[in-house]
Amino acid sequence: MPGIDEPDYDSGVVKKFMYVNRKAPFGTIYALEVLEMVLISAAFEQDVHLAFVDDGVYQIKKGQDTKGIGMKSFLPTYRALEGYDIEKLYVEKESLEERGLTADDLVVPVEVIDRAAMAELIDSMDVVLSG
Amino acid sequence: MKFGILVNEGPYNHQASDSAYMFAKAALAKGHEIYRVFFYYDGVNNANKLSEPPSDDRNVIKRWSELAKEHKLDLVVCVAAALRRGIKDELLAEGFRISGLGQLIESGIQCDRQVVFGD
Amino acid sequence: MLHTVNKSPFERNALDACLARAVKGSAILLYEDAVYAATKGASTAQRVGQAAKDHKVYVLGPDLLARGFNEGQVLDGITVVDYDGFVDLVAELGTVNAWL
Repeated sequence: MPGIDEPDYDSGVVKKFMYVNRKAPFGTIYALEVLEMVLISAAFEQDVHLAFVDDGVYQIKKGQDTKGIGMKSFLPTYRALEGYDIEKLYVEKESLEERGLTADDLVVPVEVIDRAAMAELIDSMDVVLSG
Repeated sequence: MKFGILVNEGPYNHQASDSAYMFAKAALAKGHEIYRVFFYYDGVNNANKLSEPPSDDRNVIKRWSELAKEHKLDLVVCVAAALRRGIKDELLAEGFRISGLGQLIESGIQCDRQVVFGD
Repeated sequence: MLHTVNKSPFERNALDACLARAVKGSAILLYEDAVYAATKGASTAQRVGQAAKDHKVYVLGPDLLARGFNEGQVLDGITVVDYDGFVDLVAELGTVNAWL
């Protein structure tokens, strides 16, 4: 991914960052470029959270095969997040249910939380970035 | 207070850049500091000096350049998003610079508030 | 926290997404195409009026006027602000969450 070789940065400040994924992959570029933001933030040693709500849950659906649309799959990048110590991935239960999905349909280990818990989590953040 | 601004969409197609500009102007007039305006996704197109809107329309790109000049704003265009869309140094309007996404994260860390304008 | 919504509730689900997840007491600013959600007579009025009981709801006046509505057509319980007011809300309310 471009830019993951950003120099280490030590501000001494650790903020709660949240990236809110609410859009499906491929139809628009947002999912991919949010992921690029997430990877960069690993170099800054911040408290990084990823939220998957609404169509965002489709981003990490298992079994994506993009060969036929001429686009690169970025599922491997989600799988690599753990290696960057980005492990706080939250998926909203209601968003999964509305789409007929369960946590078993997802490519990465996530914490499934209900909408009320998601609301509280979002409310506790210092910086919320979305695309 | 120290504000960071993120612009996610290009000029004219969306109101995002206009809203961000109006917000930045109001914040500066109230004595707040704009630490950085970061342009991401199609927002990188806000830096394209080749843009030529009709003369009776606002000039979104020039307006950012002028605000930057007046207030010494740091207008940063994301390198990865820019290269993807063909925005390079030679196309940059006055006051813009290309740098890494880390500049956005750093803005989030440094600023009291990060405000996102998008679609 | 200040939640911002900038899309028409008739075209996108950003407003509903926000209302479903904005904790009680948090503030919501409607601007750009979301200002239609603040108008009386729209089918969203009941939903938004209800939300205005649990949240401080604001609408950006310049976006409202640009779209042919005036303050008198705004639902009761919603406060009209200008860009200065937008800036004040951001300064006063802490983290901003844009529902894009």
